Amino acid sequence: MVDNFSERASEQEIGRSAFAPLLAASGLSKSFGGIRAVDNASIEVLPGSITGLIGPNGAGKTTLFNLLSNFIRPDQGEVVFDGSQIQQLPPHKITQQGLVRTFQVARVLSRLSVMENMLLAAQQQTGENFWNVWLRPGQSAREERQQREYASEILASVGLSHMAQSYAGSLSGGQRKLLEIARAMMVRPKMILLDEPAAGVNPTLINQICDYIRYWNQQGMTFLVIEHNMDLIMSLCDRVWVLAEGRNLAEGTPAMVQRDPKVLEAYLGQ
Amino acid sequence: MQGFIVSLIIFTAVFAVFSLGLNLQWGYTGLINFGHVAFMTIGAYTTVLLTLQGVPLWLATLAGAALAALLGLLIGFSTLRLRTDYLAIVTIGVSELIRLIAVNEEWLTRGTFGIQRFPLPLAGINPSLPVRVVMVAIFGGVIALGYWQGWKWLRQQLKAVPQSALVNTSIAALGYVTSLALLLYGSGMIARQLKFSNALPPAVLGIGLLVGLAAIIALYVWLAKKMSDRFPAWASGLTIVFMAIVAVLGIWASSYAIRSLYDYSSNPSKNGLMFVSVLIVALLYWALERLAQSPWGRILKAIREDEEVARALGKNVFWYKLQSLMLGGAIAGISGAMYAWQLTTVYPDNFQPIVTFNAWTMVVLGGAGSNAGAILGSAIFWGYQTVTRFILEDIVPLDDARLGAFRVMLIGLLLMVLMIWRPQGILGKKEELTLGR
Repeated sequence: MVDNFSERASEQEIGRSAFAPLLAASGLSKSFGGIRAVDNASIEVLPGSITGLIGPNGAGKTTLFNLLSNFIRPDQGEVVFDGSQIQQLPPHKITQQGLVRTFQVARVLSRLSVMENMLLAAQQQTGENFWNVWLRPGQSAREERQQREYASEILASVGLSHMAQSYAGSLSGGQRKLLEIARAMMVRPKMILLDEPAAGVNPTLINQICDYIRYWNQQGMTFLVIEHNMDLIMSLCDRVWVLAEGRNLAEGTPAMVQRDPKVLEAYLGQ
Repeated sequence: MQGFIVSLIIFTAVFAVFSLGLNLQWGYTGLINFGHVAFMTIGAYTTVLLTLQGVPLWLATLAGAALAALLGLLIGFSTLRLRTDYLAIVTIGVSELIRLIAVNEEWLTRGTFGIQRFPLPLAGINPSLPVRVVMVAIFGGVIALGYWQGWKWLRQQLKAVPQSALVNTSIAALGYVTSLALLLYGSGMIARQLKFSNALPPAVLGIGLLVGLAAIIALYVWLAKKMSDRFPAWASGLTIVFMAIVAVLGIWASSYAIRSLYDYSSNPSKNGLMFVSVLIVALLYWALERLAQSPWGRILKAIREDEEVARALGKNVFWYKLQSLMLGGAIAGISGAMYAWQLTTVYPDNFQPIVTFNAWTMVVLGGAGSNAGAILGSAIFWGYQTVTRFILEDIVPLDDARLGAFRVMLIGLLLMVLMIWRPQGILGKKEELTLGR
């Protein structure tokens, strides 16, 4: 169905070593008042991987996400994405570079239809420029048709086709999660930051969401996932980073991390 | 009567343009602009001062629009990074600032004395019969297009309702509205007689009127409840009747308008302005609808819903807000030029903050985010203004100043009633209100 991801992935492999990380952040720090929410944290995400980011509540995972996507400016540190530094770029530029984020509580544009939510996510649309609405209506309409087709495909693959013309605000919580992930796919990014894709979602839907993530990953999409649901992390991720009190605690394969005494201590106490 | 209708149409058109600008900023983009009149002030003064220097009108109007857009740019750069309520505070401040500049910079604006005299456009021309016929044809075409839009909207609204139910309900709704109108008219006539004959002291008459009005409203609210229990499609029936009334009034007004276009030389400047302003409204409506349906408009709506999402999806939120503010400002600037033309004088006092809030009333009445709603809101507002100015004087035992305040109170009441029964505005979409965030 969506074959251009695999093309993109293979291009990347030809272009540079398969082991160079797609996203690498180092020395990231952010304080709010006296609280160091993120303290000298690092993270690396290899292209084509599903990387997990876990940690107890308040460990600074979401803040780290915000720093990576520059929704919050880091005090220190650098973020390299796809070979270029992005910590100075405004958030929308980062998305345009191919790094798109989702939100912990699914945020949909209520009074737009599900389809419009999807179409909004397409990048570099001709009709997004005020003058092009008047000067290049043909090209704009043509692109719109293509995007609509592509959006329908994605919606069909997550089972939201029947809701395409409904207001996004009328979706249930689980459907909103699906729409948010589908919308991120619509950006045609190189990598997606998923903030708790399974939070507040029933077990059946969690399995579905896992399947979608796995499927898109096989198509070449890279994911960085924050999650509290350990089953999901263990079954999905190639590699897991553990954060506690804003600092890196451990990193490795899920099995390694699961046995790490420091991680157990951070989660369960001594 | 003819001149009266013409000027009513002009006022409606001027404020339709003005509210279309506000609707772009608030209805589509969610920017709370409480200083919209600032753009109108800039547009009016620029146009008039430039025409006094001999600049042709269309060029002066464009310059006014450009300067208004520039003001939007300035406001935007300094405030759009703030949250919504702060934008509201800053904009209302800016509008007062602009007005006070107009009061004080007498070398430029002649201060409170105002600009009394400037060459009225289109006053000197006397079009030949074929030209007038073409003008009438164009005008009629625009009106017809308007009706077609209304018809499409109505069809859209009613497609889910079965036809037989529609007919029954419409007849009942017609009875409801007619009886209400007759009752109001009757009590108005009685009050008028009482006021003329001085049979009652004014206080008693005033209180009696209020009690009577309250009783009628209570009765009809109760009736409406009964009716909506009996007829499931009651709201649709009322919509049909309402649209029919609007349509009949529209035809009635356009007949006068067309007659005065035909007798162009009876009042050349006003008739010309009416023609031009209706064309501007139509053109703007078309352009804004097109923008609203484009990817550009989709981004504005996304910003209204949740600007963080728009940002996360790679849209330059600040730049789009700026564009919306500037374009809405430019549109208001054009309305300023039309306003100056209609008033034939420009005083700083014409641009009090109340003008902004009148535009808000129109947009809310018509339904936020609906361009047709902004135009309809303006028509209703001015229809109300002119009708009450003449009718209430005969009925209500109040002097002129108090009557003015009373009319504002009444429109406030009207707005409250609307907010209770149709919070989405007349042309707004009801489903949108039931959505969670």
